[in-house]
Amino acid sequence: MATEPVSLQIYLACGTLLFVMGLHALVVRRHLLLKILAINIMGSGIFMVLLGVAAGGDGGVDPVPHALVITGIVVALSATAVALVLMLRVKAATGLARLPRSGPED
Amino acid sequence: MIRHRSAPALVPLMSLALAGLLLVAVLDLPSQPGLVEPVAGAMDRAGVDHPVTAVLLNFRAYDTFLELAVLLLAVLAVWSLGRRDPIPARPVQGPVLHGTLRHLIPVAVVTGGYLVWVGSSDSGGAFQGGAVLGAAGVMLMLSRPRELPMLPAPLQHLGLALGVCVFLAVGTAGLLAGHGFMGYPPAWAYPLILGIELVAALSIALTLVLLFLGGRHGH
Repeated sequence: MATEPVSLQIYLACGTLLFVMGLHALVVRRHLLLKILAINIMGSGIFMVLLGVAAGGDGGVDPVPHALVITGIVVALSATAVALVLMLRVKAATGLARLPRSGPED
Repeated sequence: MIRHRSAPALVPLMSLALAGLLLVAVLDLPSQPGLVEPVAGAMDRAGVDHPVTAVLLNFRAYDTFLELAVLLLAVLAVWSLGRRDPIPARPVQGPVLHGTLRHLIPVAVVTGGYLVWVGSSDSGGAFQGGAVLGAAGVMLMLSRPRELPMLPAPLQHLGLALGVCVFLAVGTAGLLAGHGFMGYPPAWAYPLILGIELVAALSIALTLVLLFLGGRHGH
C-alpha cells in the first residue's frame, strides 16, 4: 500500500483515528468542556500524523515537522486555556456550560 | 451525556466514513525526503547542533517568536475575561507536603534548566524546560501556604513580556546588522539562541502558571 514500514503506519492510523474520534465527540457532545477536550484530541491526532510523516522520509527524521508540532502544542495549550476561561464565563452568564438548544426542529 | 436529538444515527456513520477516507489517504501518502537535506545543509551556520532547535530558534525563528506572542496574547485574553474568585482547594498543610515540595521544586528547577541548556545539542529546549518549570510553579501554587505573597504585578508583567521582548530585540538587531529580520550573525548565533531560550523558558513557565490560575489571584 505505502512505502513506510508497518510500525509507522500504526502511528499514522492511530493519529487519524484520534482525529476522527475527536471530531465525532465535538459534534455529538453538548457540554463545552467535552467539546474543548474533543478539539484537543483532534489536535493530538494531527500531531501524531505529522510526526509519523516526519519519520517516514528517506533521509532520516525531518526536523521541521517536529518544530511545527512543538509550536502547535504550545499554541493548542494556550488556546485551551482561553477556551476554558470562556467556558467559565458562559457558565457564569447562563448557568450551564453547554450550548443552548436552538433551531425550529429542537 | 446528552445527545442532540436531530443527529441520531447519521453522525456515527459519517464519522466512520470520514475515518475510512482519511485512513486511505494518510496510509497511501508518498514517501518524501521532506526538508531533511536543506536543514542538514545549513546546520554549519545554525549555531546549535540539534536540528529541531536550529529550526525553532534560527531557520524559522519567526514562527517561534509569534508563538511566544500567542502565549502572551492568551494570558491577556484570560486576564481580560476576568475572574476574581480564589482557588478553592487548599491541601492540608503538614510536614509531608512541605518536605516533598522542598525536594521536588529544586529538582524541577534543575531539570528545567538542564532541558533549556541541553536543547542546543540534544532533545530539549525552551518549551520543554519552560513546561517543567511551569509544572513546578503550578505545584507550588496548589500547595503553598496562604501567607506566601504572589509575585508583585509589575514583575509578573515584566516576566510575561520578557521572552517576546528579548526575541524581538535580537531579531531587530539582526535586521539592523544586515542579517535580515530574525537573523543572527553566525559567530554569535549560539550565545544569542541560548539567551533567547533562557528568557523564553522563564516567560513560558510564568505564562503557564498564570494561565493555570486563569485570571485569579493566588489569595
